[in-house]
This record gives sequence, C-alpha cells and structure tokens, in this order.
Amino acid sequence: MSDFFSAFVDDLPQLRSGLWVTLQATVLGALLALLLSFVLGLMSVSRMLVTRGVSRVVVEFFRGTSLYIQLFWLYYAMPPLTGYELTPLLCGVVAFGLNYGAYGSEVVRGAISSVPRAQYEAAVALNMTPLHRMRKVIIPQAWVQMIPSFTNLLIQLLKCTPLLWLISAADLMTVIQQLRDRTGETLTAYLTLLVAYFVLAYALTLLMNLLERSAKRRLGLPTGAGSLLHSRSATEAVASATGGAR
Amino acid sequence: MNGFDWNAARDALPLVLEGFRVTLLATALGTLVAAVLGLAIAVAGRAPSRFVTVPVRAVMEFIRSTPLLVQLVGAAALFTAVEPLTIGIVVLGVHYAAYTSEVYRAGIDGVPKGQWEACRALSLTPRRTWQAVILPQAVRNVLPALGNYAISMFKETPFLAVITVQEMVFEARKYGADHFAYTEAFTLAGLVFLVASYPTSLLMRKLEKRLGH
Repeated sequence: MSDFFSAFVDDLPQLRSGLWVTLQATVLGALLALLLSFVLGLMSVSRMLVTRGVSRVVVEFFRGTSLYIQLFWLYYAMPPLTGYELTPLLCGVVAFGLNYGAYGSEVVRGAISSVPRAQYEAAVALNMTPLHRMRKVIIPQAWVQMIPSFTNLLIQLLKCTPLLWLISAADLMTVIQQLRDRTGETLTAYLTLLVAYFVLAYALTLLMNLLERSAKRRLGLPTGAGSLLHSRSATEAVASATGGAR
Repeated sequence: MNGFDWNAARDALPLVLEGFRVTLLATALGTLVAAVLGLAIAVAGRAPSRFVTVPVRAVMEFIRSTPLLVQLVGAAALFTAVEPLTIGIVVLGVHYAAYTSEVYRAGIDGVPKGQWEACRALSLTPRRTWQAVILPQAVRNVLPALGNYAISMFKETPFLAVITVQEMVFEARKYGADHFAYTEAFTLAGLVFLVASYPTSLLMRKLEKRLGH
C-alpha cells in the first residue's frame, strides 16, 4: 500500500497530464454533444418533414450503434478507408460528441415540447419572428428543464472516458494502470481510480447544479437552496429511464 | 488497403455472429442479475434501520458514479481465477442494479399509501405485504424502465471484450487484427448492433405508450 502511494507521489506530473487528458475529452466531448443536441433537437421539432427525417435517422444511427464501436471505428476503420487519421484524443471527442449529442437531442426535443402551448401562441400574438420566439421565449424556459438531464448525460460521458485507454490516449486510467503494473498493488490502484472518477463526477454535478440555479433565478423560479450539494444521479436515472427509450 | 473489401466482410460475418450469441447471453444474464439484485436493494433500502439504508444508498451512489470499464478491469484483475464471462455478467449486473434499484424505489413509492395502511389493518406480515400487495403493483409500473436499461446494457456489452470475453466486438477486433480488415469487421459489428437495437427500442416505446407513461 505504501509502495503504491510513494509511486503515486513520484508520478504526480504524469497523473496530472492524465487527468488533463480525461478532463479535455470530457469537456470538449460535452461541448460538441451540446452543439449537436441543439442542432438535432431543433431539427426534430421543425415543421419540414425532410429536416425531421434527417434528424431522426442521424439520432437513431448514433444511438443504435454502440459508443464503443463508434470509437473503434474512428480509430481503426476510418484511416484505411479515408486516409485521414485522427489523434486518439480527437477520436474520443468526436465519438463522445456524436453519441451523446444523439441522446441529448431527445432531451432538447422533450424540453421544447414541454413548454406550454400558450407560450407559443402568446409569442405569435405579439408578432415575434420564429427566431426571436425561440431565443427569447421558448429556449430560456426549456433550458431549465434540460439541465438535469444534461447533468446525467455529462456524468455518463465522463464514465466513458476510460475507453481512451484502449485507443492509447494517455488518460487517467492509462496512468494509474501503469502505476499498478509497476507496484503490483491491484486493489489500491483500482480503488484510487474509482474514487478519482467519483470525485470528478461529483464536482461536475455541483457545477451543473449551480448552472441550474442561475437559470432558474433568471426565470424567477424558486431555486431550492438546499439542493445545491445533492448528487442527483439517482433521481435523474429514473427520469431518463422513464423518459423514452434510450 | 483502400476502400471497403466485400470479401473480407463476408468472411468476417460468421465470426461476428458467433460473437453476437455471447453478446446476447451476457445481456440476458446481466439483465436478470440487475432485475433481481435491484429489487433486493430497493427493498433493503426501505429497511427500518438507518444502519442498513445509509450504507446501501452510499454504495449504490458510488457504483453509479464510477465507470463500468474500471469496475470490469479491476474485478478481472482481482479475481484472476474466475472465468471472464462470469465476471462480466456479475459486474454488468451489479452496475445496472445500482440504477434499477432506483427505478424500483420510484415504483414502490408510487404505490398509494392507503395500500400499506390496508395491509396493516389486515395485520398482514411484512413478507405478505411485500409479496401480495406492494410488489405486484410496483413491478408492473417499472417494466418499461427496466427494458430501457436492458437496451443500454446491450450497447455496453462491448466493454466485456476488454476482459477477453469472446463477444461480438472481441471477435471483430480479432478478425481485424488477423486479416488487417478493421474497417469491414467494425462496420459489420456496428450494423449488427443497429439492426438488433432499433426494433427493440421501437417495441419498448410501444410498450411504454400502452402502459400509459
């Protein structure tokens, strides 16, 4: 046990860079996913059949083929097929972004359709343009409802980043695996790794809780002061499980 | 080595389908473990003593917030004597039980309070109360959610390849490495996934609508 922790201290620079890779993959992947969620989600509430159809096909494709296969396809299968090669980290970001963007688009669609119908009608009555209506009336209200589900997806995305180890990006998992191989402390190494991910997940949840609070405050809704420290994966799990087939 | 080699795809297909059998087996058994264990945890989480409920919930929270891949690799490294497929099924089952237990909990909370009171009034034993009154009502409501978790689990079974379970992705990767045909092998595996999971999620959506969710 002490072997492991003295090696741990010696390897701090590598650990820091591993943590950095994991965080980069999580944050950049999440940003790409957020962008795609909105593009695909807004397309799916469009009045044009073609736009809705394209969004549907893209979403079903990326949800239906497993993330694991998408990542490996980008890493192993794309270079010989197209001649382009992505760095491992970029492969991860693209795969996470596409996969979670597809799940996120359902969140956006659900939240937008849950905004009361009267809000649309009022905006129409006030002669707002469709863009103005979306930006000023619909999205701000839908956004509050999206955040809890996005938190859930973000945690799931974080939990997928150890896959980077398999395509030889030097993420947190890779670094701690190397420590384990050197010290032979299997149990300590994996427990440390699990605790590290738990702490990251909790930190991300707290940030998202803050975001939700400020979004609620902007709408003048009660913020529920006590809920800030809550880790809410449990309630979200139920919401996302019952909120449509995944 | 440019373009898509149809001959390689044809050669890889039987292997990929062979691996798919293991994928289905792991999903079915993993779902079974998750469904049974999740129920047990949900009932334990309602125990009268805090010494039981608090640790149970803390452990479930920890399992939910940490990556499945690390749990799998860690378990495989610790229990080297156990067969990889068994480890895979148990870890998948336990991981998803952490989620399904919450689904059951919501289902149990959804049973009207009057039902509990009626059971007390009839002086049923706790066992009879759960068995004859609460669970039949709770389980019916949670079936669609459990189905969705089964689909999720199906899409995460490729993780088992990492601990050398010979499921579909393991076979695809092996074929790719042996014949230098990753493109064909992984494309096939992806298509098999798509063909299998899309109709299932359509079916689940129908079931949900019928049960009025």
